[in-house]
Amino acid sequence: MKIMGLEAYKGVYVYAQQVDNELSTIAFELLGKAKDLAKDLNTDVTAVLIGSDVKGLADQLAEYGADKVIVVDDPELKEYRTEPYTHALASVINEYKPEIMLVGATAIGRDLGPRVSARVKTGLTADCTVLEIGDFPLNPVPGKEDEQKHNQLLMTRPAFGGNTIATIACPDNRPQMATVRPGVMQKIEPIKGAKANVVEYNPGFTPDDKYVEILNIVKSVKETENIMDAKILVSGGRGVGSAENFQLLKDLAAVLGGTVSCSRAVVENGWLPQDLQVGQTGKTVRPNVYFAIGISGAIQHAAGMEESDVIIAINKDEDAPIFDIADYGVVGDLNKIVPALTAALKAEMAE
Amino acid sequence: MKIVVCIKQVPDTKGGVKFNPDGTLDRGAMLTIMNPDDKAGLEAALRLKEQYGAEVTVLTMGLPKADEVLREAMAMGADNGILVTDRVLGGADTWATSTTIAGAIRNLEYDLIITGRQAIDGDTAQVGPQISEHLNIPVISYAQDIKIDGDYVVVQRQYEDRYHEVKAKMPCLITALSELNDPRYMTPGGIFDAYDKEVTVWGRPDLKDVDDSDLGLKGSPTKIAKASDKVKKGAGEKVTPDTPEDAVAYIVGKMKEKHII
Repeated sequence: MKIMGLEAYKGVYVYAQQVDNELSTIAFELLGKAKDLAKDLNTDVTAVLIGSDVKGLADQLAEYGADKVIVVDDPELKEYRTEPYTHALASVINEYKPEIMLVGATAIGRDLGPRVSARVKTGLTADCTVLEIGDFPLNPVPGKEDEQKHNQLLMTRPAFGGNTIATIACPDNRPQMATVRPGVMQKIEPIKGAKANVVEYNPGFTPDDKYVEILNIVKSVKETENIMDAKILVSGGRGVGSAENFQLLKDLAAVLGGTVSCSRAVVENGWLPQDLQVGQTGKTVRPNVYFAIGISGAIQHAAGMEESDVIIAINKDEDAPIFDIADYGVVGDLNKIVPALTAALKAEMAE
Repeated sequence: MKIVVCIKQVPDTKGGVKFNPDGTLDRGAMLTIMNPDDKAGLEAALRLKEQYGAEVTVLTMGLPKADEVLREAMAMGADNGILVTDRVLGGADTWATSTTIAGAIRNLEYDLIITGRQAIDGDTAQVGPQISEHLNIPVISYAQDIKIDGDYVVVQRQYEDRYHEVKAKMPCLITALSELNDPRYMTPGGIFDAYDKEVTVWGRPDLKDVDDSDLGLKGSPTKIAKASDKVKKGAGEKVTPDTPEDAVAYIVGKMKEKHII
């Protein structure tokens, strides 16, 4: 599958996700990365903003690094729905021909990305954690040096539950598309007062059966802060035993000014809500300190937390895989150790 | 109602990952299972069958060995199994895989296609939405609840901080979360029947409206530049203190050492 005229595709584009007319953090993270890539390619950064009454968000995108903002504004785009959003983004791609198109690997982006890539007939690499510009193949094939392509987007992602790492290129199709894991790329310090070149574009929206109907929107009650922003996470697993027993972890977190998070088993048991889940199907976190309490440390969990600066594990099973990645592992009964630790830290803090 | 469920045979990462002496993954030593999200999708289909009446066809693309997951699905209650296997399909990325599966499904009548959200080996979550695009039907990803309402399907579509209750006209594709349900076990009678039934095997010539240039490694726009098994982070210290007090003293000491407190 090859498409001719690749050189017509220029610029680094990001999908600037918004929900309820508020830009998602991932939009700023993507802009930060896009700026690096654009510098290497000597091109500029364009944010694609899709929604209803969203034009006002363009300045904020400029402050985080967008040189240009393409706004697709239409009442059909009020809430995220796969078809009208796919139509909007695919139309922008066909009209403006970006070289690179980045989308957040969020619950929206992991639906929108594949559908758009299939529509514009290009490759899509999922859940990337590293993006850089380089050559493909990485080393020239002897005798075929002139076939090596330069200035390619090299997309690195974990697979196999985080046990393998692959670097992927999309040499013969444009745009080179990637979804990017939230919490991995760095946003820039906002440049106050920065302005972007704002362009409005509307491809026209004609509802058909693919425009699904949203009957109801049920927001989960947010009683929790974002675990991806926490400096200290006190994380519990199946070993905590019950929803009630999480009080031990909440007490420890309170003393340290930290936040409680959890493994997938805890969510499956209904002890804590899904937005507190760390791991492959939850969030990727890299706090200064990660307490893994009663967490066995399956690779799916490790994939979401092993980049933490310091990992302290407490588990009664001395063979638990969590001890393979913990900096400090304590074999013992969490029910006894955690309250004693909380009390000791309280005393330390009082000094 | 006719339901097609797409399933994949994957290595079981939960049952412990095996490494070769050189630190690379020993895939041959790992057991294979039906991908968990796909199994939840199959269970959802079987429940719709019980509630509304349906014919459930399971379809997989893979090596001839993938026949095993089809038998398992039929032992759980699926009516038919289709294995899409052909050498020319090897090395496919999500674009080529979704093109292949769409080409197979074009031979079938369907009201609903259910796939898992993502497979535990690749974790891309891309094939389901891409199949729906190739077939030009609506997609509802991340389903945590599925109901039928006449010619429509009503699905709870999960997001990070909310869900949408979404109504779509069938035919429609849904990607299932493993939180959707607890899949049933195979029954002894079911296993017996499953091996009595025929599995349909399709190759390249059976794919409908598909170009050769869109299949297999050759038809994959994404190319692997480099693949490596991740170097495992070295283990730190592990202690087994005699008393909780000793444990606390150890942890507090380390936290001071690292200037956490």
